[in-house]
Amino acid sequence: MKNPRNLMTKIENYSLNFGPQHPAAHGVLRLVLELDGEIVERADPHIGLLHRGTEKLIENKTYVQALPYFDRLDYVSPMCQEHAYALAIEKLLQIDVPKRGQYIRVLFAEITRILNHILNITTFALDVGAMTPFLWLFEDREILMEFYERVSGSRLHSAYFRPGGVHRDIPTGLSDDIEDFCKKFTSHIDDTEKLIEKNRIFRQRSVGIGKISADDALEWGFSGPCIRASGLNWDLRKKQPYDCYNEMDFKVPTGTTGDCFERFLVRVEEMRQSVSIIRQCLKNIPDGPSISNDPRVVPPKREIMKESMESLINHFKLFTEGFHVPAGETYTAVEAPKGEFGVLLISDGTNKPYRCKIRAPGFPFLQATEFLSKGHMLSDLVAIIGSLDIVFGEIDR
Amino acid sequence: MFFEILIIVFKILLIVIPLLLFIAYLTYFERKVIGAIQLRKGPNVVGPFGLFQPIADGIKLLTKETIFPDNSNKFIFILSPILTFTLALIGWAVIPIDYKLVLADINVGVMYIFAISSLGVYGIIMAGWASNSRYAFLGALRSAAQMISYEVSIGLIIISVLITSGSLNLTEIVMKQQNMWYLIPHFPMFVIFFISTLAETNRAPFDLPEAESELVAGYNVEYSSMSFGLFFLGEYGNMILMSSMSTILFLGGWLPPADINFFQNIPGFIWFLLKVTFLLFLFLWVRATLPRYRYDQLMRLGWKVFLPLSLAWIIITSSVVIYLQN
Repeated sequence: MKNPRNLMTKIENYSLNFGPQHPAAHGVLRLVLELDGEIVERADPHIGLLHRGTEKLIENKTYVQALPYFDRLDYVSPMCQEHAYALAIEKLLQIDVPKRGQYIRVLFAEITRILNHILNITTFALDVGAMTPFLWLFEDREILMEFYERVSGSRLHSAYFRPGGVHRDIPTGLSDDIEDFCKKFTSHIDDTEKLIEKNRIFRQRSVGIGKISADDALEWGFSGPCIRASGLNWDLRKKQPYDCYNEMDFKVPTGTTGDCFERFLVRVEEMRQSVSIIRQCLKNIPDGPSISNDPRVVPPKREIMKESMESLINHFKLFTEGFHVPAGETYTAVEAPKGEFGVLLISDGTNKPYRCKIRAPGFPFLQATEFLSKGHMLSDLVAIIGSLDIVFGEIDR
Repeated sequence: MFFEILIIVFKILLIVIPLLLFIAYLTYFERKVIGAIQLRKGPNVVGPFGLFQPIADGIKLLTKETIFPDNSNKFIFILSPILTFTLALIGWAVIPIDYKLVLADINVGVMYIFAISSLGVYGIIMAGWASNSRYAFLGALRSAAQMISYEVSIGLIIISVLITSGSLNLTEIVMKQQNMWYLIPHFPMFVIFFISTLAETNRAPFDLPEAESELVAGYNVEYSSMSFGLFFLGEYGNMILMSSMSTILFLGGWLPPADINFFQNIPGFIWFLLKVTFLLFLFLWVRATLPRYRYDQLMRLGWKVFLPLSLAWIIITSSVVIYLQN
């Protein structure tokens, strides 16, 4: 007769490989999950599947050649990252950006914010099972991308913000179209809100899920909407205003509980504030040049080049050798849609950066995945990842 | 003898072929309805208004390769989609589409349907087990738990209807509704029944077994080609079957909505079809609007809300019936 104790088999946890080919993994996230039934015991994120060595590549490119790499980091909010890089170079070179250039930058930084938040909010809804908002709001996202295209020639990788300002002034008629868009878009936000925010299933799936207190969020290095949802009023646009953000009148929405639902609400409200900033930009935009006339970084105008030999040489030097940046280092951060996007730029006086370290806001979010999802169910894990707004372009770099 | 069998086969084909066509065009209808809700056009390329799209989809599925995962149990792997599909079809044997227009007018029709729909869970469990994949396995577990829980409340609701009608025969249940559809006295139960059919057929917001954002596709993740196609047909066949059940139990089957001459002239099966289509439209509307429940929330809804409510309703119904009889 066997001892009945030996008949008891040890129940082991179920391990599940979540991703990298998974529709809710938002790119190439790979999570090794340990599940007890449906409850997540351990979530181990594996990164590096989209690693392209951006930081090292930047060291081998001139300053302007390195700029397009920033579009390819977080590919849903490209211009905000260019913004950080352009500001860092401007700081090292100590150039001022003309007012019109600043306004155009802020205008497009806010368009980028809407672009990013549309993607995040709707895919979050998709992750919890509501697919209609995704298709509703992507129509607007398409219009925003057309604005990108009209101003820079490309929908995604714009390379529009340059050291000293923006590449070209906005084309005629664009401001009217943006104004039109703002009018329609506010009602589209309202529709989407009506559809999901008041929905009880949506609330059951997001309220109280993935809670994080303000202190914990600070410990984990959170920034952006995720930390504001926890109740900390921290926004670089207010605290360390760059470009002309100090001339804008906008509110910074904050939450209290720091759960998935609050993160969603903060983002929705931020979109409304962005619309208001865009309107202010369009109303108050001054005339004048959109890029500084500093010959060190900005190529001369073509008509001047026809007349002046020195300008031609200057143009040639800028497009072959690039410009030299005085030795020094700077950490410049902007409030990217996902959070604090920082560039640590070290220059040794040559035409290429000595080192360019990028602080991606998504990285700390991913770190906290396990902290947030422990003890929740598998479906909640999906909601948490969706609400954190993770994009792998910037995490793997 | 041979002739009789031939007639039965002919009758079966007369049910199955229109049913398959209905299923095919239900997918088209679904894509069009959801497309309209989502401000898209839906299929509009293949044929006029995209009407040949379901046929193109069918041909595509038929010509694809059937893939067997390593270490899968091939026999069960093949058997489970066949089982699911067969069960979705044989339920139709007792569904009266019009007065006396039914293959088998048996006196325990309700029980038969109930038994068939309970068996449906086996196809899914077997699929999840045989494909030897963790996602499929989780999906199968979820679906088993879900279908069993909601079957309980469906059963209790059916009992309320049976008490009112006093018959297990589906034709008689419909004929008892000539004065008043059961929708009116049993309205709360109709709502619960509709929601339970959503859960029973694994449709949104209860599509946990195949939640694409969590389990990718759940139990049918490893299936391809026609073996997937059979699951797909089975799921849609079940949707239609359950909608017909709701129609028969609550919406008066083939009976016209009012006793007007014009309505009476329209054949009964058209009314039946219209009612079923309306219910299917509700299925699709719900799918386009609502997010998905979480596993434990779904269980809570089934056991803590629907079960007590439908139990209480049985008591109320039987009290009222006894009171009226006295």
